[in-house]
Amino acid sequence: MSEAFPGPHAGPVTGHVPVLRLGEVLLVTLQGDLHDSTAQQLQQDLAETISRSGATGVIIDISGVEIVDSFLGRVLAEIAGQTELLAARTVLVGMRPAVAITLVELGLTLPGVHTALSTEVALDLLTRHAPSSHFGGLRQESP
Amino acid sequence: MHTAAGAQARLPIRSDMDLVWVRQHVRQAAAQIGFGLVDQTKLVTAASELARNTLVYGGGGTMETEPLAEGGTRGLRLTFSDEGPGIADLEQALSDGFTSGGGLGMGLGGARRLVHEFAIESNPGAGTTVRVTSWVGRAPRPREEI
Repeated sequence: MSEAFPGPHAGPVTGHVPVLRLGEVLLVTLQGDLHDSTAQQLQQDLAETISRSGATGVIIDISGVEIVDSFLGRVLAEIAGQTELLAARTVLVGMRPAVAITLVELGLTLPGVHTALSTEVALDLLTRHAPSSHFGGLRQESP
Repeated sequence: MHTAAGAQARLPIRSDMDLVWVRQHVRQAAAQIGFGLVDQTKLVTAASELARNTLVYGGGGTMETEPLAEGGTRGLRLTFSDEGPGIADLEQALSDGFTSGGGLGMGLGGARRLVHEFAIESNPGAGTTVRVTSWVGRAPRPREEI
C-alpha cells in the first residue's frame, strides 16, 4: 500500500532536526511523522541557536508534514512565541491544504503565527522587514 | 499488507513512539478503505489526539481498528481503551479549552469534530473507552450537532 504514504519520508523522525543558517535567517524543514520528543528538542534547539547566532528570522517549512495535531500545533505556536521574545520572527511555510482544513476544524488556528505559501515569500517577508521596522507597517510600504 | 485484514488490527499505546505507529496505521487503513486525502488527514489527526489522551491520561492502552461496510458505504471504526483513572465529568472533558494535563484542551472536543460518530464511556477508577467512526464520502456533521 505505497499510496498510504504520499509523503517523501514515511519513516518516523527522531532525534535532532537540522537547523540551517541563511544569513540572518534560520531554516528548518520538517518532514514525515514527527516524534513528540523530536518536536520538543527542535523547540529547545531553535531558542539556543537564535540566542547564540543573533538570527532575526526563522522559517519552518512544513510542506512535508502530513499531520499537525494539537501537540505539534502547540509546539509550533510556542516556537513562534519564544522567537519573538528573542527578538526574531517565525514564518510557517507550505502548510498542506488538508492540514489547514483539519487544524481549523480541530479548533487550532495558531493566532500569532505568521505564514507564507513558499520559502521564497517567507524569506522576502523576513529580510525586507528587518528588525527595525514594525509589524504594523507591513502592508503600508510602497513596492 | 493484506487487503481486508490489514485494516483490522489492535495496536498498543505505551509510548510516544507508539503514537507514530498509530498514525501510520490509521492512515494506511483509511487509504485502503477509500477515504480521500482530507478525510484521511482528519481521521489520522483525531486518532493522534485520542491516542495521546490514552497515553497521557489513561496511562497507556490500546487502539483497535475495524473496517465497516453498511449499505454500500465503507467506514472505519477506531476504539481507544485504557484502564486509567477514568473521567469524572465527561461534559467538562469534551468542552474546548478544558485540560488537566497541560495541553491546549482541544483533544476530546477537537477529535469529536473530525469524525462522523463519537462515543465515550468512562467510569472513575475503571478506565475510558472512546469509539469513533467515519464513513467514506459522507458530508461532515452539521456544526450545530457538535
